[in-house]
Amino acid sequence: MREKNFFGRIDWFTVTLWLALCLIGWFNIYAAVYDPEQPSIFSMATNYGKQSIYIFTALIIGFSILIIDAKFFISTSPLIYAVIILLLILVLVIGRNVGGNQAWIPLGSFRLQPSEFGKLATCLLLASYLSSQTNKNPNIKTLFIGALIVLFPVALVMLQPDTGSALAFFALIFVFYREGYVGNTLLLLGGLAILLFILALLINQWVIIGVLALIAGLLIYSLRKKRKYIINVSVLFFACSVYVLLVDFAYDHVLQTHQRNRIDVLLGKIHDPRGEGYNLNQSKIAIGSGQLLGKGFLQGTQTKYKFVPEQSTDFIFCTIGEEWGFVGSTVVIAIYLTLLLRLISIAERQRTAFARIYAYGVASILFFHFFINIGMTIGLVPVIGIPLPLLSYGGSSLWSFTILLFILLRFDSSRKGLNG
Amino acid sequence: MNSFFARKFVIQGIFIAIAIVIIARLFYIQVIDKSYLLSANNNVLRKVVVYPARGVIYDRNGKVLVQNEPVYDLLVTPIEAKEIDTTLLCQLVDLDYDGFKKRMNKARAHSPYRPSIFEKQLSAETYARLQEHLYKFRGFYVQNRTVRSYPDSIAPQLLGYIQEVNDKNIEQSEGFYRPGDYIGASGIERAYEELLRGQRGVKNQMVDALNRPKGSFMDGQYDTLAVAGDGLISTIDRDLQVLAEKLMKNKMGSVVAIEPATGEILTLVSAPSYDPNMMVGRQRGNNYMKLLRDETRPMFIRPIQASYPPGSVFKVVAALTAQQAGVIDEKTIFYCPGGYRYGGGRAIMRCTHVDGATSLAKSIQTSCNTYYGYTYARMIDSRGMSGPKAYDLWREALAKFGLGRTLGIDLPGEKPGLIPTSDFYTKRYGNDKWRSSFNISLSIGQGEMGVTPLQMANIMAIVANRGFYYRPHLVKAIGEKGIVKDEFKEKISAGVDAKYYEPVIEGMSRAVNVPGGTGYRVRIPDVEMCGKTGTVQNPHGENHAVFFAFAPRENPKIAIAVFVENAGYGGTWAGPIVNMLVEKYLKDTITLPKYIQDRIYNANFLPEPKKEKQSEVNKSTSNTKNPAERPITSGIKTAEPNRERYVHHSVIRRGHQ
Repeated sequence: MREKNFFGRIDWFTVTLWLALCLIGWFNIYAAVYDPEQPSIFSMATNYGKQSIYIFTALIIGFSILIIDAKFFISTSPLIYAVIILLLILVLVIGRNVGGNQAWIPLGSFRLQPSEFGKLATCLLLASYLSSQTNKNPNIKTLFIGALIVLFPVALVMLQPDTGSALAFFALIFVFYREGYVGNTLLLLGGLAILLFILALLINQWVIIGVLALIAGLLIYSLRKKRKYIINVSVLFFACSVYVLLVDFAYDHVLQTHQRNRIDVLLGKIHDPRGEGYNLNQSKIAIGSGQLLGKGFLQGTQTKYKFVPEQSTDFIFCTIGEEWGFVGSTVVIAIYLTLLLRLISIAERQRTAFARIYAYGVASILFFHFFINIGMTIGLVPVIGIPLPLLSYGGSSLWSFTILLFILLRFDSSRKGLNG
Repeated sequence: MNSFFARKFVIQGIFIAIAIVIIARLFYIQVIDKSYLLSANNNVLRKVVVYPARGVIYDRNGKVLVQNEPVYDLLVTPIEAKEIDTTLLCQLVDLDYDGFKKRMNKARAHSPYRPSIFEKQLSAETYARLQEHLYKFRGFYVQNRTVRSYPDSIAPQLLGYIQEVNDKNIEQSEGFYRPGDYIGASGIERAYEELLRGQRGVKNQMVDALNRPKGSFMDGQYDTLAVAGDGLISTIDRDLQVLAEKLMKNKMGSVVAIEPATGEILTLVSAPSYDPNMMVGRQRGNNYMKLLRDETRPMFIRPIQASYPPGSVFKVVAALTAQQAGVIDEKTIFYCPGGYRYGGGRAIMRCTHVDGATSLAKSIQTSCNTYYGYTYARMIDSRGMSGPKAYDLWREALAKFGLGRTLGIDLPGEKPGLIPTSDFYTKRYGNDKWRSSFNISLSIGQGEMGVTPLQMANIMAIVANRGFYYRPHLVKAIGEKGIVKDEFKEKISAGVDAKYYEPVIEGMSRAVNVPGGTGYRVRIPDVEMCGKTGTVQNPHGENHAVFFAFAPRENPKIAIAVFVENAGYGGTWAGPIVNMLVEKYLKDTITLPKYIQDRIYNANFLPEPKKEKQSEVNKSTSNTKNPAERPITSGIKTAEPNRERYVHHSVIRRGHQ
């Protein structure tokens, strides 16, 4: 009876979205690196040929996962985490340095990127740890250990140094939020922090502090009857001022030059379309020139003539934007949004805390990649080298996201059999 | 379910909000802001100028005189030219590192972002070598264009050359020319520039991020085609030109041959000449300087720019104008005692022989100075008017023969020569009481008289036609339709009635065809050539040899003037050249004895380089030795203030010292 209904319990809608994204990625990689001498989409000498192998392999990996018992992932999560941590240490020792990051372990003709799998391992262990807490009310100690589980791989990835991949781990804040470890206030404060961060870089910090003081003064004046609020406002003002000064200090002394430049370009502080701003500029030109309906398959001049670097990997969205226009781009974004919302609904229907936490982890990481990657190609966020999930060329990225998704689908398909 | 279930909505809200922000942003850059499309087009589009093929110039029989040959300009966009293998590049285009740096700096000064020419006119071989490696040199690309090529290496002065436009050309063209374009700078190339240059085209080519060409934009929808320039059929006879240039090798002087019935110039040689291919290609600059410094001035177009005293050949004009003026007629006879005494018998203008009683025809045949002394005296002194007035009338008659004014040939730079006005003499002698004896040397074409070889040949054409000529020209038909310019179809009268030509032609015929005539040795079997030798006295060195002729006597096909500087007797040096050219043209053969031919081919009358002040010395010695020639030399001396107009051979010589 159970065997008979096995495939029926799989969330085929998610699988369809997964496959759609993989195929969209494949066709656009084909367009991005199209080589007229290798016109076959299966030509193994090219990225698109290789991507077809990766997709096929991903399919096998995905369905293999569906066959494995869901409990296996729960029980082995510490082991998986340990193995990945070891690989992350190993990559620092024997890794291949590609583009300034020591992030790859060469395996024959294939290069493994452990940081991609780090997210999977972290999600699993985090879900395992948080779900194992018997205390129903979130406490600070659990938050602390949970944070450590996340920050340990982050530190190792930062050593490569691969800031982009490391940042992706911070998306797991949504998990802590959903599970109640992080409150609304903190989320608001986070938003305020980001706003002040941007302002601090754009405007002189003393001006900001002055404006803040003015707002605080007005608030205190209007709330002068309520002593409690006066203290709160004062503390907040003081904290914000210190933060603004710290941001400025960190910006000047902690960030590396190229990171600083990327932020400057984004904020329009430096205009250098041939140097630091080249990628962003060409990427925006590619997407912008797509207009409403796009230039058509294989017709993108920016794409075809290699004006955008990293076109098949981090900047794959340029090809979509240029060749399929606003309509095509919107379709892709709609697919992602549908997938993300679907993941949340899957998460919420899980009976076990483990599965729910894990599902939120998957959704968070996927969301972060989606937002940062597309945001960077259109100039919303600084250029951070992370792939667009399932679309970008590359085996490690495709497999890790596939594994992330299919483990979730495995939990989902057996949710009635698992009781938390 | 747990207590924080509601937070699901916050997270969903964030996801949706971000997606909307992204879509809004995409809507802005893709649909609203059009500048990205423009930038994308600017990225890939290179407007490549397609240079039209310049019109080909043919000879009168359809043989190619000037054609086009492909060459390749190497262009560089300095900002893109980074990290290239300069050593390899220098080696491929044959440069040293300094040359490379100089060119890069120049290109950068022009614009770092726009392509400018790095090296011009690479040959096909150099281009082939370079092309293999071109992908290594980011920022460099090659544009092909054509340059002129001259298969027979002939007629440089009349065909002219092209050169890069200068700022003035660009300004004057009101936008037609752009830096780097070529323009006809001399000769036919310049005279017919508007027809030859054609219309530039633009090709919209796509390039990739490394600036490599990737085919045409929108299948060439927005391209404009280059329109080739009109072809020109020149009046030149290539074979005759080749022969004439061979004959004039190592000599200074001119050959001009005209078809009398049309005014078409069959041959125009300015010697010494040079290979027109020198003015093409990467060595052009060096060659140009070399030609400029050459003391024999090969770039000087002698047939239209050098003027000489015509010497005895002028007697033909003197005889014709005197008949028309009614001062002599066909039967007029003067007695020649071996010279013409004038100025109360104190001075004499000598003849080479004692001719005795001389008729008009005989005076031409034997080139009798005395006869023309009397004729000129009658022209000036016996017309019932003052000397200057009579002189002006005579001068007007000469002008109708094209003397002292430009003929309007379609070759830029034509000079008018010189026939002084009566004022000139009035001023010189202090009053207007002067008579023929004051400038008697004009009667025999010496003294203050400058005639270009083209004018001389045109006089022969007038005589051949018995009284009229067509404006001498070098281009017979334009373009595929073979358009002929109207001004070349206009018959121009020389102002002397046809009947007065017969005695002169008879004299010229006898000079060549009767034993003892000055040109008897260069007669042509079976062709009645009419000719006149001239030996122009040159106080600065050897005399200039002149011969002009037309043939055959009836229904003439060719009128020719040959002028060889510093050669000696006209009959000895210019005559054989005329003989060979005329016979070659009329009968396509040469029967002149081989030894005479060889003597002409081997003769070298080029000045020896670096003879300081030679002309000054010669002048003073000739003055003291030969008092009879005093008026002539003094005439030249006083003509010197007019040097700009009067390009005398002595000026040419002085030019090189």
